[in-house]
Amino acid sequence: MPMYNNIQPLNNINLDETSACINHSEKKENIFPLLKYTLIGMLFGIVFVKAEIISWFRIQEMFLLQSFHMYGVIGTAVIVGIISVAIIKKYNIKTIQGEKIIIVPKPFSKGQIYGSLLFGLGWAMTGACPGPIFAQIGTGLMSGFVILASALLGTWTYGFFQEKLPH
Amino acid sequence: MFEIIENWKGPWPWYIAGIIIGLIVPTLLIIGNKTFGLSSNLRHICAACFPSNIKFFKYNWKNEIWNLFFILGIMIGAFIATHYLANPNTIVINEKLKLTLTNFGVTDFKHLMPTELFSVNSLSSIRGFILMVVGGFLVGFGTRYANGCTSGHAIMGLSNLQWPSLVATICFMLGGFIMTNFILPFILQFN
Repeated sequence: MPMYNNIQPLNNINLDETSACINHSEKKENIFPLLKYTLIGMLFGIVFVKAEIISWFRIQEMFLLQSFHMYGVIGTAVIVGIISVAIIKKYNIKTIQGEKIIIVPKPFSKGQIYGSLLFGLGWAMTGACPGPIFAQIGTGLMSGFVILASALLGTWTYGFFQEKLPH
Repeated sequence: MFEIIENWKGPWPWYIAGIIIGLIVPTLLIIGNKTFGLSSNLRHICAACFPSNIKFFKYNWKNEIWNLFFILGIMIGAFIATHYLANPNTIVINEKLKLTLTNFGVTDFKHLMPTELFSVNSLSSIRGFILMVVGGFLVGFGTRYANGCTSGHAIMGLSNLQWPSLVATICFMLGGFIMTNFILPFILQFN
């Protein structure tokens, strides 16, 4: 009974050692590589709150041209992004797994004009883009759940009518 | 050291936030060949929870599960920032905006969001319902129709110098300008 043999030594290990997750099944091991995205997301969530990007007031100030803050945030992010992607392409930087980095460009469709205008209206109403909606919920704002549910309904409705909409 | 931590509690300047957000683009590419984009999570959640036999939601959303782990992190990060790194002072808001909002009966300037407009209670007011429910719907519908949001188009797409993303970004801003300057003053009347 080989299975029973495996249980025996486990009984002798104290709790600290078993909780160190030395010998996990394959299925559980798949979780750990994904947690690095959670870590980066955490940093992003902290920035969302600390730089007040999820504030409805900051979004109104942006669209009323009353504050430079949001333009500064988005502008700096785009410049840093452009430089980073250019460096990756120029030096052919690989992923940590050794793969070639691929960025698939989004093709143009007229839907980008209609959809973007509609999203812009919603952004100014809720003060949130899809990322900040999740951050709003993280701050404990109960209305964030209402906004998220409505956004999910919006996405679902788009999926339902997708083929009938002009693109 | 103590002083640095104290300063961290105040609102972070735009250049710090901009640099960190910009660096998320290469970080996601290098650690896993992932392109930055958050609105697709709304699609993944629909595909996972309410696929309803709709073609648009019939795909293997589990391949994109990293993005759901990413937004889980956003929620945890926002929680940490609110509870452990909170700004001890009230948010600084442009005086002109304060005056405009006060005229509409919005006087809560203590938090990131005005509670008169964004709370479960204000759902029963016409303006609260419009802002949260109609606004949320437009965010979900519009981003999917546009095939991306502020992260996917304005930051990731522009970082890769894709002109369709520039068109999208200009339209996001145009929509926002129209709403805040022309439509919102109308909506805010309906308390």
